[in-house]
This record gives sequence, structure tokens and C-alpha cells, in this order.
Amino acid sequence: MARVLLYYAHPGHRHSHVNKEMFRAANAVEGITIVDLYAEYPRHNIRVDVEQERLVSHDVILFQHPLFWYSTPGLIKDWIDLTLQSGFAYGDGGDKLAGKVLMQAITAAGPEDAYRADGYQNFPLRTFLTPMEQTARLCKMRYAAPYALYSSLKAPTEGALAPHVAGYTDLLNALRDDRYDFDAAPEVVTSDNLSLKEGV
Amino acid sequence: MGSFLLLSFLLLIAGVISVPIATKLGLGSVLGYLIAGIILGPVLLALNVDVISLQHFAEFGVVMMLFLVGLELEPRRLWEMRAKLLGLGGLQVGVTAAIATGASLVFGLPWTFSVAIGLVLALSSTAIVLQTLNEKGLMKSDGGQSGFSVLLFQDIAVIPMLALIPLLAMPDLVEEWDLRALSHATEIVETMDAHGEDTHAVSGHDDGHGDDHADEHAAEHGGEHGDDHGPDLNLVDDLPGWAQALVTLGAIGAVILGGSYLTRPLFRFIELAHLRELFVAAALMMVIGIALLMTLVGLSPALGTFLAGVVLANSEYRHELESDIDPFRGLLLGLFFITVGAAIDFGLLFGNFFLIVALTFGLMALKGAVLFGLAILFRIKGADRWLFTLSLAQAGEFGFVLLSFVVANQVLPQVIADQLLLVVTLSMLLTPVLFILYERVITPKFIEDQVREADEVDEGGTVIIAGIGKVGGVVNRMMRRAGYTTVVLDHNSDLLDRLRRFGIKVFYGDATRPDLLHAAGLDEAKIIVAAMDEQEAITNLVHHVHQHHPHVHIIARAVDRHHVYELYAAGCRDIIRDTFDSSVRMGRSALEALGVHPHDAELQAQDFVDADRYSLVELAALYDPDIPAHLNEPYIERVKELREVEEAEIRGLNIHATRVERGWHPPGHRDVESIIEENESEKPSK
Repeated sequence: MARVLLYYAHPGHRHSHVNKEMFRAANAVEGITIVDLYAEYPRHNIRVDVEQERLVSHDVILFQHPLFWYSTPGLIKDWIDLTLQSGFAYGDGGDKLAGKVLMQAITAAGPEDAYRADGYQNFPLRTFLTPMEQTARLCKMRYAAPYALYSSLKAPTEGALAPHVAGYTDLLNALRDDRYDFDAAPEVVTSDNLSLKEGV
Repeated sequence: MGSFLLLSFLLLIAGVISVPIATKLGLGSVLGYLIAGIILGPVLLALNVDVISLQHFAEFGVVMMLFLVGLELEPRRLWEMRAKLLGLGGLQVGVTAAIATGASLVFGLPWTFSVAIGLVLALSSTAIVLQTLNEKGLMKSDGGQSGFSVLLFQDIAVIPMLALIPLLAMPDLVEEWDLRALSHATEIVETMDAHGEDTHAVSGHDDGHGDDHADEHAAEHGGEHGDDHGPDLNLVDDLPGWAQALVTLGAIGAVILGGSYLTRPLFRFIELAHLRELFVAAALMMVIGIALLMTLVGLSPALGTFLAGVVLANSEYRHELESDIDPFRGLLLGLFFITVGAAIDFGLLFGNFFLIVALTFGLMALKGAVLFGLAILFRIKGADRWLFTLSLAQAGEFGFVLLSFVVANQVLPQVIADQLLLVVTLSMLLTPVLFILYERVITPKFIEDQVREADEVDEGGTVIIAGIGKVGGVVNRMMRRAGYTTVVLDHNSDLLDRLRRFGIKVFYGDATRPDLLHAAGLDEAKIIVAAMDEQEAITNLVHHVHQHHPHVHIIARAVDRHHVYELYAAGCRDIIRDTFDSSVRMGRSALEALGVHPHDAELQAQDFVDADRYSLVELAALYDPDIPAHLNEPYIERVKELREVEEAEIRGLNIHATRVERGWHPPGHRDVESIIEENESEKPSK
């Protein structure tokens, strides 16, 4: 059993189609910790001690958020800036997070083929996530490939929403039960290529 | 019925006209009522109104006032006061009574007369002193608290005095004096003159008229007051001593237990009726019931209700009781003061004018001297020492009670009692004047002293905080926590003393006084925070600082929107409404409780604040303090326009104007498509 900590961050929660449904599904998964960052810190007054304790007492840290301007919503950046202190997360004596897993569950408005060297976004999706990846590495954490949804705006009308949400539930259950195969995961994980181990 | 209406109307109109005038002139309500009484006196006499029985009825206001004072005083605080109550109160009554007795002996009066006079004059006027202290907000000061302790002790002391006085009865001696007075109407006066008062004072006055009048007057007094403390309503007089003590203790226990355990069920029961006036009736019933019980066992009703008040000080019904009783207290005390004024026997006064006046001043000087000495002994300092001295330097309504009692018990002859009555009344009449003296002459002097004292150690405070109540207190704590030096100005000396103990630099005084501001270092200050409770004072302060010290940044507390406009007009640009932020937070909490996501609720709150501030700034520019808002045409026009915009937002006509709708709104499909199209069209050219 892995202790899973899910940080949900969506400042436009009420306008959301995909993330809202994913969040609802996550809340139905038992045995994981869920934090709605914008509900807990609507005024960005992050309590660093509380957050550090949360990190210490969990094994898998998952950030669920929409991709805003090739990055996270602002509050996650604030959270990173404040919580991942030197001496705690990195630097001299900063080993409290060593060996834990850091993962993202993201939604992107652009279609999959836009995230290529010849697509209009010009770079693969993973390139935009390298700051988070390197953050994990500096904290001696394992950065797991992101669970992503492309063309998120069209997903509800094109039938992509339900499989993505179902895949999310599977992912969370598998993370909790140590059935998720990190090594087998491709660069970008979707509901089609979820790599689960059978039984434990 | 007709005469009842006429009398009520006369009393009410006298109060309604004279009190506002007196207050406006800075004389205080007590003096207003007293003057109304003096003016009304001849009218009441002509109407054949029994002023003294009216006064006796009105004395119940004192009982109610002590109940209210008790409500404000938690049992713990009363216990903390015990040293002052017994020490200060006991010494005041003891020493004053002893000296007054001595003085009477020097005047050649028999020792029994002298002791009675000493006891009568040792007491002060609870009614006048507490009413004035409350009105002027001095009740919480050290001087006010000490004064209250003494008054409370006097209240208790009346009981043994009433027991002691009949032992002094000398019917033969009293009769002899009364006879002498009848045959030689001026003799008493001359006896006193022979002992060195004012020998020229009495020559050639018309005694006949004065004394006739006095007899009539005294008969009224004796009769009415005698009734009250007479035996007919007393259940314990015939019991042996131990049984009396037991019944008395039982009655006090009943008040304490009843107050603690019966009030809540009683009020719960009354709530069933859903009638506002029943609460009033129940509150009155409680106070009158306790007063009755105390009278039955021979205790002071005022003391009993005070005790009940203390018991109820922590109760949830405290404010309910307070607001129910307060109007009755105010009206009855007003009536009491009117009757004191109306009962002045001008015939007797002008008959012995210089003697009476000299005795009055002598009495007040004596009482004042004793009080001043005690204030030094009990380390009451500065302006408080003078407040204590001046506030209690009169004789009071308990003196009236005792005087009628001593006459009824044949301890003192009527002739002396009449003159003492006049002295007591005059000393009460002069008390408000002493309060004015305290406010106008003594307080400013101490402020100056304090200012000069503090000036020497001044290091130039960066932040001046005017008003250290709820608002200023928080600002001060924040500034100090951030490491800034603050200078605090306030006129609540009690609070300041406590702050001083924590090493906070505080000045006593009115923050709108330029000299005080100067002494507080306004010239070197960076900012001043105007956080007083009084709207006008804040505006005045802003006005002064903006005019004379434009370099100082002013942060002003506004009590409402119109105050914001006034402050804006006075030149302040950093105006904070004192309850606005908390109201917004309450609104935000309400939204969250309704299920709105906390972040959305926060955005709604920010949006509301922005919209409100926008309209506030718009309107502040149009507001003219010299024109009432409802006559200011441009102002009214803008209010209408702003309201239309707001309505439109509510109806959703301008939905993207709000922060909540705009924030983090995802792009539409067409946005994505247009990006792709643009990208496609650019490709060939690349």
C-alpha cells in the first residue's frame, strides 16, 4: 500500500469540464488523501509546516491541474516556492522527500499533434514539464510520466471524457495498491496506455 | 386625574427643556434637572404638590442605578475592590463623621446632636456622583472606581447608623431646643455665630417668614421619610438579635441564589409570551421585589439590588436587564434631581443666607480635605486624586433619610435639621459645578504636566496611534510586532495605565488637541493613525494634521460611508472603514457556507470590494460636506448611474466585467481552431 497524496489545483473550477469530473472521481477512491489547494488557500496563505508534514507522511505526490500557459496554475508555483525549502526538500540535509514519487495529471487544450516539433506548440508536451521533472530530481524524488488528456475542450463532446476519468480512477487505485508499473509507462500516459500490474 | 396629568407634564417639560440646554452648555444633565427643579419649585408649591413624597418615590432611581452598576461589575472585580471598599470607604465615613462631630461640638452643640450631624454629613450623594461619572465616562477611571467604592461602603454603613441613632435620643434636650427656637427664632443662628462664622451675616433678616416655612417643610420631610424606615414594613424588629442576623443572611442568600438560578427559568418562561413588554415587567418585578425583601429585613434596598446586579453580571440576560431598567433609572433620577431642586427652601436660605452658604462651603472643604488625604494615603494619583476629592465632597440623599430619621427619633431638633437639610441640598447643587471645575481646570493641567514630562524622553515616534480601543489596539500590536516605535494617545486612563505597564509609550488626553499631538512627536512622525471611537474627533484630527503637517501620512478610521466622504474632504486619502473588511469576510463566509468554492468566494469578495471602492471614490469626489447628500444634485445623479451599472451586472448584462467570470476562463473551441488555422496559414510562408 502506497500513501497517495493528491493535490488538486484549478482556480477556474466552476468553468472546468474535465478536471471537475476527474476530481469527483478521485473523491470516490478510498484510502488516498485529497487536497483542493484553491479551497484550502484561497488567499495563497500557504501553511508551510502543514504542507511539509503532508509530504513526509505520503509516498506518492500527485498534482492534478490544467496546463496554463505551459505551466501549472499560480498557486502550485507558490506552493512549490514555499514548501520545498532547502534543508527540507533539497540542499544541505534536505532529504525528507528522497525516494518519493512526484507525478502530474494534466489536461491540455491543444490536440496531441500540436505537441511536436512540427506542431504549432513546437515542442513535445514533456518539454513543457521539465521544470517539474527537474524539481523532483533535485528533491531526490522519482518523476513519473504524466497522465494527460489532449484536446480537453472537445473531450466532453467527442466521448473522450468518460474513458479519461475511468482511467484516472484506475490509476489512483493502482498507485494506492502498488499496482502501477512506473517502469513500463510511456513518455505521456493516457487512458489508452495505462500500464497496470495484475493483482498484488 | 387632571392634576396628575398636569404635574407629569410640568415635570417632563421642565426636564425636556432644561437638560439639553444644560448639556449643550457643558453643565451636565444633573445640573439641568436641578435647575429645572428650582424653576419649578414655586409652581409646585402653588399647586400644593407634596415635593418630598415625590422625591421619596424618585429615590427608587438610586436603587435601580445600583442594580445597573452591579450588572457592570463582575463578582471577581468586586472582590478585587474589597481593600478599597473597606479601607477607603471606612476611613472616609469614620474620619469625616469624627471631624464633623468635632466641629459641631466646637459650635457648642450637645454631643448627641453632634454625633448625629457627623453621621448625616459623612454620607455623599450616590445619585449625583454615579450619574455624573457615568455621563462623563469617568466611571472606569481610578478616581471614579475609588469614589464608587466609598459610595458603596456608605450604602452599607447606613444600616448600622439607623440602628445606632435611636440610642442618641434625648427627648428633653430636643424639646428644649425646639421651644427655644420658637421663642427666639434666631438663637440657634446666633449661637453658631458666637463661635466665629460670619457675624455680619444674620443682621436684620426676616425670621418669621423663614421659620414658618421651614416648619411646614420639615414636617413633610419627617413624615414621609419616617414612613419608609418606620417599623410597619419591618419584619425583623421584634425578633431577638440572633434571629435578626439569621433572617438578614437568609435574605442576602436568597438574592444571590435567586439571581444565579431563578433568572434563567424565569426569562425562559417569559419568552413563551413573545411580548417585549413582559421582559420590562419582569426586570422591574425583580428590582422591586429585591428592594421589598431588603426593606422587610431592614437592609438597604440599594445594596440588595446592587448585589443582585453583581450576581447577574455574567448572565446572558445582562444586556436585556440593562436596557429594560435603564430608562426607568434615568427618568426616576431625573425626577429625583428635580425634586431636590424644587425642595430648596428659599425663605430659609435667604433668611440665613451667609450662614447657610458658609456652612455649605465649610462642609465641602472639610469633606474634600478628608478625601484628598485619603487619596494620598491610598496612592490615587494625578487627576484621579482630584476627581475623587471633588466628586464626593457633598452630602447626599442618604443625608435626607437620616435627617428625617433623627428628627423622628428625637435625636436632633427640627430647627437644626432644617438648616442641615438646606446645607445638604446646596452641597448637592454645587457638585456638578465641581465636576465642571475638574473637567475644565484640573484635567487640562494634568495633561500639560504629562505632556511635558513625556516630551523629555521622546525619541520621535515613527507612528502615532490616536485611540487605542478595538481598532487602534490591533494597529498598535501590528506595528510593534513589526518592530516600529509607536506613540499612543487616548483618553481612557485606566486602559493607558495597563498599557504603560507593558512598556508602551502612551499619552493621556484628547488626540484632537494640537499641543498634545505636538508633544507626541507629530513633527517627526511618518504616519498618524486616527482610530478613535468618536467620528467627529477623527474628522477634526484629520483636518488639523492635513492642514498643519502635510508631510504626515494619515490613515483614518471611518465609521460609515458618509464619514469616508467627510475624511476625503478633510484631505485624507488613506481611509479605512472600521467594519467594512469584517463585513466582507462575513459575506465571504456566507458564500462558502452556501457551497460556493472558497476560491470563488474570495474572488466574489475581491470583486465586491473593488466595485464598492470604485463607487466610494467616485462619490467622495462629488460629496460636499456643506451640502446634505440628498440636496447635492451631481452626487445624486452619480449614485443613480452607479446603481444602474450594478443592476446590469446582477441581471448579467455585463457579465464579463466581474472578476469571477473573467478569471481562468478556458478558451473556447474556436480559439483553439483559430490558432491552428493561423499556424497552418503561416507554414507555407516559412
